Amino acid sequence: MGLSVRIVKKVEGFTLDVEWQIGNELAVLFGHSGSGKSMTLQCIAGLVKPDEGSIRANGDLFFDHGLNVHVPPQKRSFGYVFQDRVLFPHMTVRGNITYGCKGLSRSEIQGRVAEMIGLLHLRGLEDRFPAEISGGQKQRVALARALIGRPEALLLDEPFEALDNPIRLEMRNLLKEIRREFDLPVVLVTHDVLEAYTLADRVIVYSKGRIQRSGSPSEIFRLPADLDVDWL
Amino acid sequence: MATVFVVLVGTGMAYLLARKSFKGKEILDILLTLPLVLPPTVIGYYLIILMGRNGLIGSTLYQWTGWSMMFTWYAAVLASFVVSLPLMIKTTRAAIESVDKSLINASYTLGHSELTTAIKVILPLSKKGIIAGTVLAFARAMGEFGATLMVAGNIPGKTNTMPLAIYTSASSGEWSRANLLVLFFTLISGLFIYIANKFSTRVI
Repeated sequence: MGLSVRIVKKVEGFTLDVEWQIGNELAVLFGHSGSGKSMTLQCIAGLVKPDEGSIRANGDLFFDHGLNVHVPPQKRSFGYVFQDRVLFPHMTVRGNITYGCKGLSRSEIQGRVAEMIGLLHLRGLEDRFPAEISGGQKQRVALARALIGRPEALLLDEPFEALDNPIRLEMRNLLKEIRREFDLPVVLVTHDVLEAYTLADRVIVYSKGRIQRSGSPSEIFRLPADLDVDWL
Repeated sequence: MATVFVVLVGTGMAYLLARKSFKGKEILDILLTLPLVLPPTVIGYYLIILMGRNGLIGSTLYQWTGWSMMFTWYAAVLASFVVSLPLMIKTTRAAIESVDKSLINASYTLGHSELTTAIKVILPLSKKGIIAGTVLAFARAMGEFGATLMVAGNIPGKTNTMPLAIYTSASSGEWSRANLLVLFFTLISGLFIYIANKFSTRVI
């Protein structure tokens, strides 16, 4: 079980060339903006097609350049939470969460929606529209929507970036709760040191499209091997 | 009648033009926009060439069924359709293009097909543009004169649309009837523009 990624992707003036494997743990992709962290997630989700490499999750092959495999994003099952502008503005909280669930019977869907609403502390907000709830609540809905389909892995692209500090703290705790509930690989993109330190099982440091270091949070943040990590 | 087709075809075309890239897209765009700028007589002429009894499509139709579209109300519908389609496409396309791309990606990553995404996310979010386009297209279809006159003629009670009736009244000196129709038409059109504005800030 886990996620195994090798990606080479050239775009104008930038080359992403990374390779990593994780188990059912939380890996933080850490680095400056523009170092290729988000693009890695987009490749995993299938929104961007890498030039070379392969992507596997829990034994399923989703992309392989050599074998000419490229599963479209609709057929991959990754829970993707974007930084902002993520909820469908014309659907209620319940509608948004339900939209993440498909191919199940009505009662099963209702059961799961109720479960997610409970787990992510969204009770009482079911019939509100995204414009009527706070930023933290929106991200909780986005998490519920991403998790309800029982994804292969959870991909979080700076999900707490736009939130105020106290809410961020709350969201970190919530993420820990989620991990106790769901046993799956989580990839979190962030450039917040504290977030990386408190949440990660493993930190993968990106720099200019390459992996500079990887290891446990204490290895990475106590022994900064070079200026780049130090500076961050 | 024409408006129903315009909404169906127009929304489909607008989606195609807004979201897809394919060979000949530019040409299709130009072809679909042309009726907006061409004089109605030119459009009428093209329709006669295509649908007339000796026309490209019309002749086959006549051979098979012995029926010709010319000078029936079908022709009036067709003329209105061709003339109002660009308005529908332009407005709807702008609305579809303004839907946030990350919402579309979000729908894909949630495992929904392109069709589901179009129906459940893209179209509801461009609803305003579609309604505005429909209202404009309907108003335009109602006001169609030149092309209708050429392909459908001006047969009382059959193919005389309101603008044609006004023309007949004015040219035969029935001023009171013409006054009434003109007033009615102006009011209705004004109302449509008001409705269109309510739904869209981007009216051509």
